[in-house]
Amino acid sequence: MIPFSYNLRNLWTRRLTTALTIGGMALVVFVFAAVLMLAEGLKKTLVATGSLDNAVFIRKGSDSEIQSGIDRLQASTIETQPEVATGENGMPMVAKELVVVIVMPKRGTDKGSNVVIRGTSAGSLLLRPQIRIVEGRLPHPGSSEIMAGTNIAKRFTGGGIGETLRFGMRDWNVVGIFDAGNTGFSSEIWGDVDQLMPAFRRQAYSSVIFRMRDQSGFNVLKARIESDPRLTVEVMRETRYYEKQSEMMAKFLRILGISLTIIFSLGAVIGAMITMYAAVANRVSEIGTLRALGFRRRSILTAFLLESLLLGFFGGAFGLFFSSFLQLFTISTMNFQTFSELAFSFTLSLTIAAQGMGFALFMGFAGGLLPAIRASRLPIVDALRAA
Amino acid sequence: MYILKLIFRNAFRHKLRTWLTVLGITIAILAFGLLRTVISAWYAGVEASSASRLVTRNAISIIFTLPLSYEERIRHIDGVKIVSAGNWFGGIYIDEKNFFANFAIEPRTFFDLYPEIILPPDQMAAFIRDRKGFIAGRKLAERFRWKVGDSVTLRGTIFPGQWDFVMRGIYRGRDKNVDETTFYFQWDYLNEKMKKTAPQRADQIGFFMIGVTRPDIASEVAQRIDNTFRNSIAETLTETEKAFQMSWIAMSQAIVTAIQLVSFVVIFIIMAVMANTMAMTARERIGEYAVLKTLGFGGGYIAALIFGESMIISLIGCACGMAFTFPAANAFGDALSNFFPVFNVERETIYMDIAAALLVGAVAGIFPTWRSVRIKIADGLRRIG
Repeated sequence: MIPFSYNLRNLWTRRLTTALTIGGMALVVFVFAAVLMLAEGLKKTLVATGSLDNAVFIRKGSDSEIQSGIDRLQASTIETQPEVATGENGMPMVAKELVVVIVMPKRGTDKGSNVVIRGTSAGSLLLRPQIRIVEGRLPHPGSSEIMAGTNIAKRFTGGGIGETLRFGMRDWNVVGIFDAGNTGFSSEIWGDVDQLMPAFRRQAYSSVIFRMRDQSGFNVLKARIESDPRLTVEVMRETRYYEKQSEMMAKFLRILGISLTIIFSLGAVIGAMITMYAAVANRVSEIGTLRALGFRRRSILTAFLLESLLLGFFGGAFGLFFSSFLQLFTISTMNFQTFSELAFSFTLSLTIAAQGMGFALFMGFAGGLLPAIRASRLPIVDALRAA
Repeated sequence: MYILKLIFRNAFRHKLRTWLTVLGITIAILAFGLLRTVISAWYAGVEASSASRLVTRNAISIIFTLPLSYEERIRHIDGVKIVSAGNWFGGIYIDEKNFFANFAIEPRTFFDLYPEIILPPDQMAAFIRDRKGFIAGRKLAERFRWKVGDSVTLRGTIFPGQWDFVMRGIYRGRDKNVDETTFYFQWDYLNEKMKKTAPQRADQIGFFMIGVTRPDIASEVAQRIDNTFRNSIAETLTETEKAFQMSWIAMSQAIVTAIQLVSFVVIFIIMAVMANTMAMTARERIGEYAVLKTLGFGGGYIAALIFGESMIISLIGCACGMAFTFPAANAFGDALSNFFPVFNVERETIYMDIAAALLVGAVAGIFPTWRSVRIKIADGLRRIG
């Protein structure tokens, strides 16, 4: 075996070339990781939003709460289903909610974006234990008070505490800011459903949500609800509901990610190949000497492959190092399926790090293979004469 | 003349390396061109909109409706020429994967307002006569192989139920940037059915499209419309069509910015590859440059040699990349036609390709040039590869 330090020293001798090759690979790994992190962040946000124990009812045929409508009669039929769990105070854990979007200007610009307003009832908070007030207090039911999620308070004019919003010919005071962690609720505004419905001239709720007594009874519930002639609704587990809300965006990110990665990696593989071919060409007599000293073809092949893999390793390490800083950023954009704003952050997981590194090593391997084969096939005499 | 020949010979001395570099640049320029085209496809709706048209919608947000009675009141406002009502229908054809935009419109006024939508007169007459009729853009009709006379059923998401339609025509765009993937049907059909199934949701309009008499008074007219309905149950927000389209893009700004950033990263990556090639080339030829210097050639000559080589490689790559951009964009546009109805390579994209190639060529040449020009003759002659 040729000693490992030989490889390291070779890379060091051609510092500029090495740095440029590593730099190119690091950028590729950076972009690769960034797209994966974005998709992961989106998934995590939406998975965390739903709970497996909760059942969501929306009108049959509608894809989201915004399109749905459930009149009061149907809503009361749903809330008297036997599967509804009872809370600590003996009240059923049900929420009848209204979900609409309003346009709010983003802070620092006059450009508006769609924000979800959720009219909530007493049960809403019981069903989402992850929500806690970080500033101010809960709005009083029956008043024009509302509370805003942390992402809204930060990004939108009128969403901060003490500010007011005007819609439905009334002023609404923001009295609290709530944090729902890494979930879609952090991008919403909540108020009393019985105040918001008349303000928006709506006669129907958007959705009914309840906690199931026993989550394994979901299929029975679904079968009964969907064959009930009084109801024109469709029921889903909350987790499934939120997963569906992001399908289009997730698909878009996936297509974007795959095509970018393929194109970029071709570029980086070519870069590694150029470097390694040059490394071989510059060292023909050196290779001849090594062979004359008794090193086998296999050792030469390994040495050059190892050098190329080292390039990949450093590229991957730098790329991942820089992409880990992306976790400080939050992306806020419109989800096409709900027509509303959703904030999610880049999330680096162990799997992504492993994928990024694996990808970098693969690029190094693919770039180094052909040059290494060429190096190992050089005839000794010709190689020694080359100098 | 001699220097050109020398540059060419130099550039192709290491054939493998040069072609690998050219290939790398080709891929990068291709990727850059496609990404820029994705961005311009995003803005296609804005490009296609007219300055003399206004859009009025509910001020709260687009999901709220306006009463039908507003149509007559808007028609009487000074400066308004045509008013046409529309609703986003949000119907699904068989499966959610088959997404396309579908609108309920008032055909008589709609075609006056949108002269860029071209429908043969007989098809137009048939469409107006048939309350259940619909027309589709050329690309949409091709996608599902619909022919005039076919029956199509959409599942309503916003308006519940199964909705049956009969195809009455296929429209084309007058210009290249007109969306040919939209499905239009009669607003009366929607309204009649809503009257029967959900009377409280009948006579409601999603948005009004308004033609003004002169483009330069558009903003005044918009102001007048909004003032008319101030402090009513349904306040309005009126903007030019361009601003309306822009507001959609502004909401997905983060994605546009991300794609823009990525398109520049591509250029950076290829810059690293190209700079690497040039650095290696120059390092190998340090001895030759020392010889040239000994013969009396100045630093400028050597700089021109290295720069010229760098430029030639990057421009060849650029030319190949641009040549591939057009067929690739066509294939891409077909595959993504439900995301991007209009997908054309713009002239501006080509200019940016060239600018990027020049930049890559120049930046890649800087460092090796600086090193080769500065090196002392004796050091250069002494140095081995």
